[in-house]
Amino acid sequence: MKRLVLASVILAGLSTAVWAEEDVKIGVLMGFTGPIESLAPTMAGSAELALKEISDSGAFLGGKKIVPVRADSSCVDAAAATATAERLASSEKVVAFIGPTCSGETTAVVNNVSAPNGIPTISPSATSPALTTVEDKGVFFRTAPSDARQGEVLAQVAKDRGINEIAITYTNNDYGKGLSESFSKAFEKLGGKVTINAAHEDGKADYSAEVAALAASGAKDLAVFGYLDQGGKGIIQNALDTGAFKRFVMGDGMVGEKLAADLGKDMEGSFGTMAGGEYAGSEAWNKIAESAKIDPKGGPYRAESYDAAAVLALAMQAAKSTDRAAIIAKIKEVANAPGEKILPGELGKGLKILADGGDIDYVGATNIEFDDVGDVPGSYREMEIKEGKFESVKTH
Amino acid sequence: MTDVLNALVLFANFIFVPALTYGSQLALGALGVTMIYSVLRFSNFAQGETMAFGTVITILGTWGLQALGVNLGFLPTALLALPLGIAVTAGLLLLTDKYVYRYYRTQRSASITFVMASLGVMFIMNGLIRLILGPGDQNFTDGERFVLSASAFKEWSGLDEVLVIRTTQALTVILAIILVALLFWFLQKTKTGKAMRAYADNENLALLSGINPDRIVMITWIITAAFATTAGVLYGLDKGYKPLAYFHLLLPIFAAVIVGGIGRPIGAIAGGFIIAFSEVILTYAYKKFLAYLLPSDLAPDGLVQLLSTEYKLAISFIILVVVLLIKPTGLFKGKVI
Repeated sequence: MKRLVLASVILAGLSTAVWAEEDVKIGVLMGFTGPIESLAPTMAGSAELALKEISDSGAFLGGKKIVPVRADSSCVDAAAATATAERLASSEKVVAFIGPTCSGETTAVVNNVSAPNGIPTISPSATSPALTTVEDKGVFFRTAPSDARQGEVLAQVAKDRGINEIAITYTNNDYGKGLSESFSKAFEKLGGKVTINAAHEDGKADYSAEVAALAASGAKDLAVFGYLDQGGKGIIQNALDTGAFKRFVMGDGMVGEKLAADLGKDMEGSFGTMAGGEYAGSEAWNKIAESAKIDPKGGPYRAESYDAAAVLALAMQAAKSTDRAAIIAKIKEVANAPGEKILPGELGKGLKILADGGDIDYVGATNIEFDDVGDVPGSYREMEIKEGKFESVKTH
Repeated sequence: MTDVLNALVLFANFIFVPALTYGSQLALGALGVTMIYSVLRFSNFAQGETMAFGTVITILGTWGLQALGVNLGFLPTALLALPLGIAVTAGLLLLTDKYVYRYYRTQRSASITFVMASLGVMFIMNGLIRLILGPGDQNFTDGERFVLSASAFKEWSGLDEVLVIRTTQALTVILAIILVALLFWFLQKTKTGKAMRAYADNENLALLSGINPDRIVMITWIITAAFATTAGVLYGLDKGYKPLAYFHLLLPIFAAVIVGGIGRPIGAIAGGFIIAFSEVILTYAYKKFLAYLLPSDLAPDGLVQLLSTEYKLAISFIILVVVLLIKPTGLFKGKVI
């Protein structure tokens, strides 16, 4: 027994040594536990699809492979996210981060780990408007559009559906506050009235007092900017139980299969927005996702995760090295025009063009085009609950 | 007339029913604390975790029963598993007493030593429940969800506002009444109950008259287990099982005990309801309620909310501080038990 343990320890040591020479490690830093734990595994899975495609092509940096290292960033705990990122950077020696997932933790990781150490960081889902102006020394990019835009789109959708008065509740963090601000500003500009704009804390057992206050404001509809595994769901559950609200307007953190499966049949006609749309690369991405048993339209940030991973790998290829600064310098070059357009599933082709010294424009699943601060313009899918399921109605 | 009815229904739906349910859960938890205090003479900080532990065992039992295909029709299956939860929790509390508290009792340690020991017990149980069932949320409610659903009420009354009563809410209040009645009967009428009161009143006199202290201590722990587990399970059925939520219950429970007067069962019950109703009444927004009652030109524009809901926990804290400053003995002062 003792010898067996010893042998496996030595083997494990050997294999790490082999990785260190041959393979490139990328950190998949996502909120596997916490308020978006039901979204994170599919997002990580989508990112790893791209990494696998790169590794399998055999053309990446002369035949190297990419090894994803999953780590839990917790979504809400900035200290835990920072510690995890620190560990990935120093002891796992990852070259870059895909993630983190939520806005608050992303700000912390960018400020404390990515910017000081110059680690390329692409978040597929951190959407707070505040991240546009974060002091990131150029290391931070995101493939999901900023909530400044989501708020406007969602306000327009709500107004178009005849809602003139609305109560708003948001999760008490950077993401919730940012989205509720941009939504209420846009909604009032369109002539609507916000009767109450109240925060809720995640992780509480009981939301009856919160719902009571929201219902007392007199609005017939409720906008929920929270998380579907957390307070957001608790609020909706309680509002349905007490008969306070029947129709809900939801931000992207609430749009997911699990919410529809648990409560969908009681909230018919509720709607929300999530990043996404019909792009040149959508069809190709749908095919890839479905073959891996991921529903490309069932929840947010799957295509964005794939794109984040693909952009990182392509930038490494363009830099012809895994040096962090060299990668950062190439990210915009491979993602933006001009160059040969690369769609999902064509990563191998992109790698070859780069190896031969050509230029590419990675379009990907979500029309990636970074601006000066690393944001994407993006578009949104309007989702409605029909017969207990989220259905994509329209893109904006 | 319809307006007045609407206002009343609104009040019942958003204030009375939730506060009554929450108050019952707090009262049961507070009774456990007050029993320990009057008989064993210390504040048991592990009460919240005891409730969580009882709930964990009950959840496991519920899953077992569900796997066997047993259910209770429109009532939650957890009720069948509740005796198991109580029994195992009682076992755990008796073991804790044997290996932790008994030592300090024979040493005749100061009350604060017991409190610190119970703090340690709390941390151990804290880990124990997470080892058994993990840190995540569990939903173990089954059976019929509503006694009175929104649509049924609307059809029956024809009012704009609806009154909803969940099965778990009705169950909480009914079970709380039964348990409290049983406890008072036990303390007032049975020989063991009287012995307990005597022991709580004056330990030395009770010992002289031949009361077996070990037996009294044992029965106190068993009663605490029964109340804590029932309160925990009802809370979990009503609001979902979250390990951390039970820890957070500790403050309102202690506030309830102190408001009512430490060591007084009737005080624990009154305190539970005072805390629960204060939390709900002070954070409710009365705009719609007043709009029904006042003439339309007097109807308020603002929300008429005294405190934002974020300050809910702070309310029990404020009440606790105010009571300790003004009337430290609580509402029902006097002899213990």
